[in-house]
Amino acid sequence: MTKAQIVAHILPMPAQDRRILGAAVALLAVLAILPLMASALVVDKLTYLFILIMFAAMWNLLAGYAGLVSVGQQAFIGLGGYAMVRMVEAGLPPFPAIFLGALAAGAVAWVMSWFVLRMKAGEFAIATWVIAEAIRSMVSFDPLIQGETGTSITALNAYAPEMRRLTIYLLSLVTMTLMIWGAWALLHGRTGAQAQAIRDDEEAAESVGITTFAVKQRIYVLASIGCAVAGTLWLASAITFQPRTSFGVQWSVFMLFMVLVGGIGTFIGPILGALLFFALQEIFGDFGAWYMAGVGIVAILFALYLPNGIVGLWLNKGRAEPLSMRKLLSQDR
Amino acid sequence: MTAALELNQIVGRHGQLQAIKGMTLRIDKGEVAAIIGANGAGKTTLMRMIAGLHPCAEGSIALFGSDVTAMPAHGRLKAGIALSPEGRRLFGDMTVQENLMIAAENGRRGDWNLASVCDAFSQITPLLARPAGGLSGGQRQAVAIARALIANPDVLLLDEVSLGLSPVAVDGVYQSLETLRGAMTMILVEQDLTRAMKFAGRVICMAEGVLELDGAPKDLTRAQITDAYFGIHKTADTAAGGAAHA
Amino acid sequence: MLEAIVQGVLLGGYYAVLAAGLSLMFGVVRFINLAHGDMAVLGAMIALWFVQGAGLHVAIAIALTLPLMGALGWLMQRMIFERALQGGFLIPILTTIGLGAALQNGMFGLFGSDTKSLGAYIGNLSWASWEIPGGIFIGQLPGYMFLTAILVLGAVHVLLTRTAFGRAVRATATDSEAAALCGVDARRVHRGAAAIAVALAGLAGIFLAMRAQVTPFAGPMLLIFAFEAVVIGGIGSLRGTLIGGIALGLAQSLGAMISPQFSLLAGHCVFLAVLAYRLMSGAAAGRGGWRATISALFFHKSMLRGKS
Repeated sequence: MTKAQIVAHILPMPAQDRRILGAAVALLAVLAILPLMASALVVDKLTYLFILIMFAAMWNLLAGYAGLVSVGQQAFIGLGGYAMVRMVEAGLPPFPAIFLGALAAGAVAWVMSWFVLRMKAGEFAIATWVIAEAIRSMVSFDPLIQGETGTSITALNAYAPEMRRLTIYLLSLVTMTLMIWGAWALLHGRTGAQAQAIRDDEEAAESVGITTFAVKQRIYVLASIGCAVAGTLWLASAITFQPRTSFGVQWSVFMLFMVLVGGIGTFIGPILGALLFFALQEIFGDFGAWYMAGVGIVAILFALYLPNGIVGLWLNKGRAEPLSMRKLLSQDR
Repeated sequence: MTAALELNQIVGRHGQLQAIKGMTLRIDKGEVAAIIGANGAGKTTLMRMIAGLHPCAEGSIALFGSDVTAMPAHGRLKAGIALSPEGRRLFGDMTVQENLMIAAENGRRGDWNLASVCDAFSQITPLLARPAGGLSGGQRQAVAIARALIANPDVLLLDEVSLGLSPVAVDGVYQSLETLRGAMTMILVEQDLTRAMKFAGRVICMAEGVLELDGAPKDLTRAQITDAYFGIHKTADTAAGGAAHA
Repeated sequence: MLEAIVQGVLLGGYYAVLAAGLSLMFGVVRFINLAHGDMAVLGAMIALWFVQGAGLHVAIAIALTLPLMGALGWLMQRMIFERALQGGFLIPILTTIGLGAALQNGMFGLFGSDTKSLGAYIGNLSWASWEIPGGIFIGQLPGYMFLTAILVLGAVHVLLTRTAFGRAVRATATDSEAAALCGVDARRVHRGAAAIAVALAGLAGIFLAMRAQVTPFAGPMLLIFAFEAVVIGGIGSLRGTLIGGIALGLAQSLGAMISPQFSLLAGHCVFLAVLAYRLMSGAAAGRGGWRATISALFFHKSMLRGKS
């Protein structure tokens, strides 16, 4: 078959998916004008939700599509934050610093990738964590950071709280949308197909000429920039940078939970997982440590008994996967 | 004659592929059977299924009348089935003695122990303290068979004992196996047709997961064996289709 | 400087015990237990409860805690890890991270955040020291801990090399199918190995509680130290784990001479340097011995694919 013939056989997006997309667009429009009507608390909470969705989407990109289970994504959350702090200190306005800081973290990710991507799964997981710790150590030496005390991005206080909140909300909404759309485009394109091939059988993929390393590196760097941006947006709303918080491993635990419970390796899974996690935090967050212990136990149960998450449950009922990354071919030849 | 091993319509799969397609076979106590066939016929898969390393997707396996289909490999050793696997699979970093001791400690008690296997395979005795990985092919094969024997099995499975060995070494191996005749039920997978026909009282030929031929060497013609080996069916279908399966 | 070196070596004994359990799980069960550090903390908490809550003597508390930890390890292997291993490489990692989070926060909920220590219960061992020629002081507690570490690791070594169980463990680690053909039940071996690994973690936790304090959230840091020691010393041999532990202890001890913050960083840097070196030179597949197999597990494309 010629390429044109094959392409002609690819089915267009199923009706179910088009309906979902339509609903999503409508929802985005509503969210965009929401701040005009909702209270400050709602706006803040929604901002946090958008940030969670970004984290989940990026971790899913890494673990679900590239097979890289990173317990060290907090390295980029922390680095992005640190870069932002330093840039603001150097005189850059805070809002551009949000994105430039993330890019700086991405550069570090690129350097790290040459090293960490050569490891096997288990080693990669812990090594990324150790590296995050090492970076945290180094960052806390910076006199500006004052060890564990941290520092505040006072430049943000120059803006009126209302305007600041609104700006961060809109930036988060836009970034989240772009990130999700970007992930969609990436996965639907060549990288996605290559990642899928690697996921199914790495050796076979290499034998057809796919450079596993290049594909993984691309995904690793992009996911790290994504995590860093989500982290700097979070920092912009939190204002104070503390190494222990920004470099904390709990970020990776949250990401893991959201992706695992939602459905690893699916497109809609992480979004569902983020929504669920957000809801759980709202309802049970006051229980403090017991809540987190419960999160851990739920994670174990899902890992052992429902490894495909909520989307997996849906698929088990025989339904088609919503917004699937797989291209479906028509049956007639 | 007591049936030592009964395979009833067993099916073995590799993913979606059927490696063994509904095979029925009965091996009597004390028989020496050779399984021959081209590469990919399923001989090793069959051995692994009998030994418990490969699951039976369908069908059943009985050892002296008891159903062992669900029994895992370590249990089957204790029930009396021992396999000297393809490639020998010795524990390279452990000494020959340790290799033997593991099977002795986890297998059955009986006439075979460290002293008696060393008697039977005299070339092992000076090697006991050497790491198994440093031995020659012939020596390793002797240790592998000894390791299977030391567990006192009733049924001894030998997968490709001549693989990678010089003709002299193979002679040595078969000489040792000769001493077991009568006392032990043996099933060997053998690529060397001549040897198989000389040593075994029964030759079983497999092709593509199916039994093609089964009989005593003296009853089988060369032509029959060759056809069975390559899975050539002299049936109406083939004549009409015009192609022989090769 | 000399004192720092001595301290570093003694600290290494503690790290070696901490790392030994992790190494055992990696090498034998092929399982990455990211909650290993939390197990150590759990061991400390249980021992502390025996001493503070039940008023028992420290030695009795230890004698009770270690078998309890062993039983816990056996149970976790049976109920959680075995199942997790069937799910592919992601699931064990995800499971143990969840386990770690559950343990940390559960312990925090039960015991609160005040730091706890066994230091008050071991008489003057905490600060007494011996003087050796050269004006060097060796703390008695670190000295005893180091001796205990050597004894314990030696005992595990003897267990692995001279007992039937140890042979079964090494065989399973090398080639679990061939071991099954020799009658070794891999699940029994794995459960035994897990029991030993968790008991060792518990012992390390007790050491920590004696020489410093433990908090419920100390686990992750301990995991990192254990992992660093394992990688520095080379995976798959107890001697290597001891060397790795000592190397880490030395790095931290010498780093502490610059500043307390730097001590941890020094350890991280040594770890990363060794890791980089190993990645560059790769690991020889070798003759398929159990050490080479374990090293290959980490640094080679899965040469073990296809072996169950």
